[in-house]
Amino acid sequence: MGMQNQRTIYGQTLVELGRKDKRIVVLEADLGKSTMTYLFQQEFPERYFEMGIAEANMASFAAGLSLTGKVAFINSFAVFASGRAYDQIRQSISIGKLNVKIIGSSYGLSDFGDGATHQSVEDIAIMRAIPGMTVVAPADGIQTRKALEAITRYKGPVYMRLNRNDMPDVMPEDVEFEIGKPYLIKEGYDVVIFAHGIQVSMALKASEILEKEGISIRVVNVSTLKPVDENAIKEMCRGVKGIVTAEEHSVIGGLADVITYVMRGSGLPVEVMGIKDVFGQSAHSYQELLEYYGLTEKEIAAAVKKIIGLR
Amino acid sequence: MKLTIEQLEAKAQKLRLDIVEMIGYGKTGHLGGSCSIIDVVTALYYYKMKHNPENPEWEGRDRFLLSKGHSALAQYAALADCGYFPKEELGRLKKLGSMLQGHPDMLKTPGIEANTGSLGQGLSIACGIAAGAKIDKKDYRVYCVVGDGEIAEGQIWEAAMAASFYKLDNLVAILDRNRIQATGPIAERFDTNPLPDKWKAFGWHVIEIDGHDMKQIVEALDAADEVKGKPVMIIANTIKGKGISFAENNAAFHNGMMTREQYEIACSEVKARLQAGLQAKEMI
Repeated sequence: MGMQNQRTIYGQTLVELGRKDKRIVVLEADLGKSTMTYLFQQEFPERYFEMGIAEANMASFAAGLSLTGKVAFINSFAVFASGRAYDQIRQSISIGKLNVKIIGSSYGLSDFGDGATHQSVEDIAIMRAIPGMTVVAPADGIQTRKALEAITRYKGPVYMRLNRNDMPDVMPEDVEFEIGKPYLIKEGYDVVIFAHGIQVSMALKASEILEKEGISIRVVNVSTLKPVDENAIKEMCRGVKGIVTAEEHSVIGGLADVITYVMRGSGLPVEVMGIKDVFGQSAHSYQELLEYYGLTEKEIAAAVKKIIGLR
Repeated sequence: MKLTIEQLEAKAQKLRLDIVEMIGYGKTGHLGGSCSIIDVVTALYYYKMKHNPENPEWEGRDRFLLSKGHSALAQYAALADCGYFPKEELGRLKKLGSMLQGHPDMLKTPGIEANTGSLGQGLSIACGIAAGAKIDKKDYRVYCVVGDGEIAEGQIWEAAMAASFYKLDNLVAILDRNRIQATGPIAERFDTNPLPDKWKAFGWHVIEIDGHDMKQIVEALDAADEVKGKPVMIIANTIKGKGISFAENNAAFHNGMMTREQYEIACSEVKARLQAGLQAKEMI
């Protein structure tokens, strides 16, 4: 698998889209070198707004820009994008269904060095709770490009979270991004693993381990956390013995809740893998944190075995 | 057609009466802040702003945002009187399913530009609209009313910095300085002074007026057109509950309930002033 960086691809794609679509404006709160929006600033300074370290004003200001027909992208780390400007996203942007895209960079534990204050474990939960908000979490660099194109075409508020670190490609190049659609990326028959973000690659690695032991795994990339195509999720659970969800997010309010809600009453056992209602912390590498919080293929494989054992 | 000062004064009294009637008796409503800003709102809709009630979304219109969204009754009265929607809608204020919500809602009410009411956000939205107009090289202007209690919100000062940094000289903010917030006098609770100095320090061109003197309001709005390279703040010194004796400077009527007797007093006081104004105009 090739490795790519979601925020680099985001920054580059935003420039490409900006060449064709003059409606695109980009707002930044002094993290442009990290979110990679500085690329847009270099090419389109007149459509780029450095808002200072003031996320609340950035969000409402973007609402105003969207009211003049712009597609406004606001950028920050996921923890600040969803947290510091929550009320502005709710009140200024979402009640009026305004065309503002909220990009949460460095999601989850991916800003490994900076610790709990800079790591988002609950951004999806916060954004999913807002009526009408679309929540997108691409699985790799390839899908980041397609997702960005799709959310730019879509009219309305969207939250999209991106990883800070290089991550494996898992999606084919020729698959377009459809908001709300879960993607079956590997067929299997014993257990289905639903995942988003970098955890999709972990699920694939887990399936490789398990297949060697004769356990067949279906892997689904749930790259839209809201809205969710409930029938498609149910269809993807057909014939399996159980379900595992895997995400770099709290087990509260994210994919675990999406899947357990959709599959309520099905009787299928579900194991939820994610961050267990705790904050993150600093480490010298991303991998160290993923291991510490149980977010690797090893734990996913163990969860699958637990399901098999249950039956 | 622009109204004269005398006509604007009479119109403001008429709209003030609409505010009182919208609230009625036995129900709560934001009487105080709506009455303190109605003179400015009248001058905007009947003198200053380019707008078209037949086509509320006309691209060339000037924009008006009420950052202190709780004073929506003042804007509803003006919008109905201008013909944005039938006047009967005023009688359905805050009723389930009504187009007139407790706070401005752009998706429900023709003529409302944004959803405001969570205090501190409207000025930022106004800045974004003004910035969008600059990108598009459009010459419409953006007017935004801010409350003096509201400016305790930190976001107001983020917006103040952004407006001057981006040289939004197509933005005019009006501070409804009625000096009373929901629970009482602002200066005793959380003093937001010194006011002109703060806005000047944040890079704004400041004009201070009596917010109930129609001539001063009109002159300030005209003077704002001439300011280049800076946003304009018109500090309008006002009286909360202006025009209704028992509500003036009385925090109880921030979002209070009138008894039937008070309601009748309010109506008769405003009607008397309206009549006096009309007579004076005829004498001219």
